[in-house]
Amino acid sequence: MPLWGRKLWVIIIIKLFIMFAILKLFLFPDLLKKNFDNDKERGNYVLEQITVKT
Amino acid sequence: MLENIDLSLVNWSRAQFALTALYHWLFVPLTLGLSFILVIMETKYFRTGSEVWKKITRFWMKLFGINFAIGVSTGIILEFQFGTNWSNYSWFVGDIFGAPLAIEGILAFFMESTFIAVMFFGWGKVSKRFHLVSTWLVAIGASLSALWILVAGAWMENPVGMVFNPETARNEMNNFWEVLTNPVAIDKFFHTVTSGFVLASLFVIAISAWFILKNREKDMALKSIKVAAVFGFFASVVLIFTGDTSARTLAKVQPVKFAAMEAHYAGENNAGLTVIGFLKDVGELDGFTEKKVVAKIEIPSLLSIMTNGSKNSYVPGIKDFVYGNEEHNILSAEEKMRRGREARDLLFSYKEAKKTGNEVLADELKIKFDDAEFQQDCFKYFGYAFLDKPGDIVPNVPIVFYSFHIMVALGFLFILIQILAWFYSYRNNLDTKKWFLRLAIFILPLAYVAQETGWIVTELGRQPWVIQDLMPVSIAVSHVSSATVQLTFWLFTILFTALLVAEISIMKRQIQNGPKIEEE
Repeated sequence: MPLWGRKLWVIIIIKLFIMFAILKLFLFPDLLKKNFDNDKERGNYVLEQITVKT
Repeated sequence: MLENIDLSLVNWSRAQFALTALYHWLFVPLTLGLSFILVIMETKYFRTGSEVWKKITRFWMKLFGINFAIGVSTGIILEFQFGTNWSNYSWFVGDIFGAPLAIEGILAFFMESTFIAVMFFGWGKVSKRFHLVSTWLVAIGASLSALWILVAGAWMENPVGMVFNPETARNEMNNFWEVLTNPVAIDKFFHTVTSGFVLASLFVIAISAWFILKNREKDMALKSIKVAAVFGFFASVVLIFTGDTSARTLAKVQPVKFAAMEAHYAGENNAGLTVIGFLKDVGELDGFTEKKVVAKIEIPSLLSIMTNGSKNSYVPGIKDFVYGNEEHNILSAEEKMRRGREARDLLFSYKEAKKTGNEVLADELKIKFDDAEFQQDCFKYFGYAFLDKPGDIVPNVPIVFYSFHIMVALGFLFILIQILAWFYSYRNNLDTKKWFLRLAIFILPLAYVAQETGWIVTELGRQPWVIQDLMPVSIAVSHVSSATVQLTFWLFTILFTALLVAEISIMKRQIQNGPKIEEE
């Protein structure tokens, strides 16, 4: 494999590692999945959010 | 707006999304367009058996590979942001957003990824026919990926094919066909994909021009320019046509955005189309600043013709949508806010009834949400309930106006470049036109500017909505710490800038190396 091809693979691996092992795991949790146990609770939470009166 | 909404959080979340989308879009259009240019080149190789076409195909494939490898997956970060920064929105859109993205992931992305491996590593290992089929499937797969993402995006601009379920607080898809054939999705798909074709054509022309100026690989460069110019010219024609149909659709489904694109404040018959002009403040109205286009070049009546097909037709302006216009049957924003509040109050009563265990009342209220009349008259304006004042429906007009006019002007400049490239190629004197070759190189960054301004018009023109008329951005945002969003904003800035620098430096080196084929 040429040098530029190896460089590309290194970039791909580093990029995917940063995205999935750092960003997704530590900084981008799915909030509703993390904070509530089931869809009913998630739905109720969002319902509260979208019925707040101004 | 809601008193408990942190505007700094909303703005940082928007900035982060915009940064990611704009960077992601630096990589995508080249993939979309160059894949089809490769298809043409490899088909020529397949049909003629000429080693020259093989060499040409492999050179551009190498550049395609660099762009694909560095850009791939950068869009997934947008999906991360949905779950974290925009959780209310993610829940509210329900399966409407999830279904097209899942199809994109399963069908298009896997198809693209599988055949891309054959395309890169299959030279000499698989038959010429199978290799060509793989290249075709990569190109089709790339466009299919775009299709599903754009279908999801189009729904945000024109929500169709769904019904809101108050029990789950989600929109549920009841007509997949309607979602897929959403007129905004069709326009957006063809306009976006062909814009990628145009960019790729200019990319090939610019790099080939560089080779000719350097007096290197002239045969490859001249052949490449011919393919790119013809391909790009036809793509530009479709692009202009789809731009026109997109504008007509927008005038119906996102009329405020449409008016903002032209800074059209006062509705009128025989409305002219501004070709070029500058905005000047006229005065403060109720929550927005009225502007006037000065020093302008205008084509009389063209906006009326383009919008309604008739010279005398009325094109409503921003003020018509803010204050309403009975004569033309346009509801005021105030009236829409009243209807939106009615829908929200009903949802509130439903929620309270469920909370207190009053199932009879809850069932009665739920039936209302299935009523077509209520959906059409009230729920359609649900998002207006969260606005403070009628002027809140007006987006940032200067950004939308200038971005739109820059995009259109560049689009017409590009078609001129493609025509000239085609003409000089046909006359076999392209290599003597140094001024044109230099111009072609200069144009390449502008192709990216046109891409980005297109997205700015789409996204900023839709403000204040994340889902047109149903949900403003302030309600869509999650209650997370503004500091975390700021931190990740800067992390993304560093990550994406590093990727862009890597792309440019590796690509530059490979262009300088030329089309020599390394052992793989």
